[in-house]
Amino acid sequence: MASTVTMRAVRDTDALSAGGAAGPAPATRVPSVPEEAVVPALAPAPAVAAAPPPARPRPRLGGALRPMLMNMVSIGLLLGFWYLATAYRWDFYIRFDNVPTPGEVFGEALRLLGDDKFVTNIGVSLWRIGVGFLIATVLGVVVGMLCGRYALFKGLVFPALEVLRPIPAIAWVPISIMLWPSTESSILFITFIGAFFPILLNTLHGVASVDTVLIRAARCLGTSEYALMTQVVLKAALPHIFTGLAVGMGVAWVSLIAAEMISGQFGVGYFTWEAYSLIEYPHIVVGMLVIGVLGLLCSGAIRLAGKILMPWQGIGGKENS
Amino acid sequence: MMGTAASTKGGHIDIRDVSVSFTQNGVALDAVSGVSLDVKPGEFVSIVGPSGCGKSTLLNIVAGFLDPTRGTASVDGSPIQGPGADRGVVFQQYSLFPWMRVRENVEFGLKMQGMCRSERQSKARTLLGLAGLLAFENHYPEQLSGGMRQRVGIVRALATGPQVLLMDEPFGALDAQTRVVMQEILTHMWHQLQLSVLFITHDIEESIFLSDKVYVMTARPGRIKAEIPIPLPRPRTADMTSSAEFLAIHHQLKALIREESLAAMGGELQDGGLGRDWHLGPEGVRAAL
Ligand SMILES: Nc1ncnc2c1ncn2[C@@H]1O[C@H](COP(=O)(O)OP(=O)(O)O)[C@@H](O)[C@H]1O
Ligand SMILES: [Mg+2]
Repeated sequence: MASTVTMRAVRDTDALSAGGAAGPAPATRVPSVPEEAVVPALAPAPAVAAAPPPARPRPRLGGALRPMLMNMVSIGLLLGFWYLATAYRWDFYIRFDNVPTPGEVFGEALRLLGDDKFVTNIGVSLWRIGVGFLIATVLGVVVGMLCGRYALFKGLVFPALEVLRPIPAIAWVPISIMLWPSTESSILFITFIGAFFPILLNTLHGVASVDTVLIRAARCLGTSEYALMTQVVLKAALPHIFTGLAVGMGVAWVSLIAAEMISGQFGVGYFTWEAYSLIEYPHIVVGMLVIGVLGLLCSGAIRLAGKILMPWQGIGGKENS
Repeated sequence: MMGTAASTKGGHIDIRDVSVSFTQNGVALDAVSGVSLDVKPGEFVSIVGPSGCGKSTLLNIVAGFLDPTRGTASVDGSPIQGPGADRGVVFQQYSLFPWMRVRENVEFGLKMQGMCRSERQSKARTLLGLAGLLAFENHYPEQLSGGMRQRVGIVRALATGPQVLLMDEPFGALDAQTRVVMQEILTHMWHQLQLSVLFITHDIEESIFLSDKVYVMTARPGRIKAEIPIPLPRPRTADMTSSAEFLAIHHQLKALIREESLAAMGGELQDGGLGRDWHLGPEGVRAAL
């Protein structure tokens, strides 16, 4: 888990340093380049050449169903493996003898969803994510915008943040428990730390890559500095900010779950760890699945918010203007 | 607002002995040297010259994006201090705010002046109507063609009622047909609103067709090489471009620019091959021929 955080953080720095003066946004480049690059790289593979090349996937009857079918097969294989491994208590270096079967997990999941304590745990985790992420968003965007626009501010603030940035949020757990008066506040702090840096760095990058012509255009329409920040720079950086929010949300969940497991009372992370201690093995898997679903819902919410707040994105048919 | 502003007949741009040097890697580089030019109220003035001779630099000084190293620049007698809504600017690049619809783009300057929503809305719609863009008021810039975007750009620059319009190769990226239409629209607006226009172009024909006066600049460091009055009558029509008078001016300008383009290329080759300032675009090549 810790490695996930570090990897994400590193990717952010790379994006930032690479995009300093260069033109297009690395954040948006990351998904788009592979798509464009992979196709021509694969296309001229002439190993199976000569044969009538299916240039374009023709609209066949099965065409639309195929991906869905493949999804079902893929997930079916996973469930099947799980079932076989646990039902027959496979033991080949990896031991499945204590792992609950899909049936056990499913039954427990149904029961738990009606259980007040479990629902409270979910509510507590969501509340912590909400608060930690909100603070990270506000601070990350504000500090990122100030750093991106005022060299003096960046010079004073950014080096200190750069020192703290590579430290994974989870590494903050012990000191956080010492720093903050309550467990609750220290867990919020860990969640905040996880989300803060991706949001900060992407905002900074977004502000730095705002086209100067837009700033000039605004300036000669009589825009004050404050209006420039709120109505031009912020809007222009919004796509990058949302990239930061999406990454930040992922890291926030990682950090929250770890913090709950280590120091928590309540929360799905705590629930999952407690299930292990209390030898309620089906609960472990239910906890994992719930964490996965909650993470998915949260990133979905970010994407939805992005669509609502940036209706102009991708509207001209071209991506990435 | 625009009506009253137009009747006051302001908009005198005065550039006196302006020099600009940029420091790059510790080396001072003279971009513009001792340039004086003026645009009288209601006059249409173009600047032509080889790439890199400092045309944009001059326009940026008038726009207030850049301070001259030496010399003074003023509008109606008051020195230029930073950009402002009294001088509209139209850029070559795509400069509409992509997150705003067409009408919001046009309203933006009025909003910055604190005009109330309904007032600026009706004003923007009037202007868009004049430019034939009303049907597109709710489009995003991304949904418009290049020519329409530039028309919106002009309307946006004019919404706050400036007396001065600064245009840096505004039609450079448009195809020939669109460009001709844009020139006619611009001439119309200039005439209606009695604007003072400072217009930068690579296109000799365009400069003659539009202007009362054309300044030709030398290769870097940019100086004024010639000031050519264009005494063609107005309104100007497309068939005037084949008149003997038009062709004579065209010939004269072409010769002047050709000299400078060759000088610019020679200078850069001497500087050690293709330096980083080498950006003679297709227009530059055309001008050089
Ligand atoms: N900010 C700057 N820093 C350094 N050099 C610059 C800067 N802006 C322009 N220059 C240089 O000044 C010269 C004039 O530039 P510019 O006014 O853009 O020319 P033009 O618009 O006529 O093509 C060019 O050689 C250009 O490289
Ligand atoms: Mg230029």
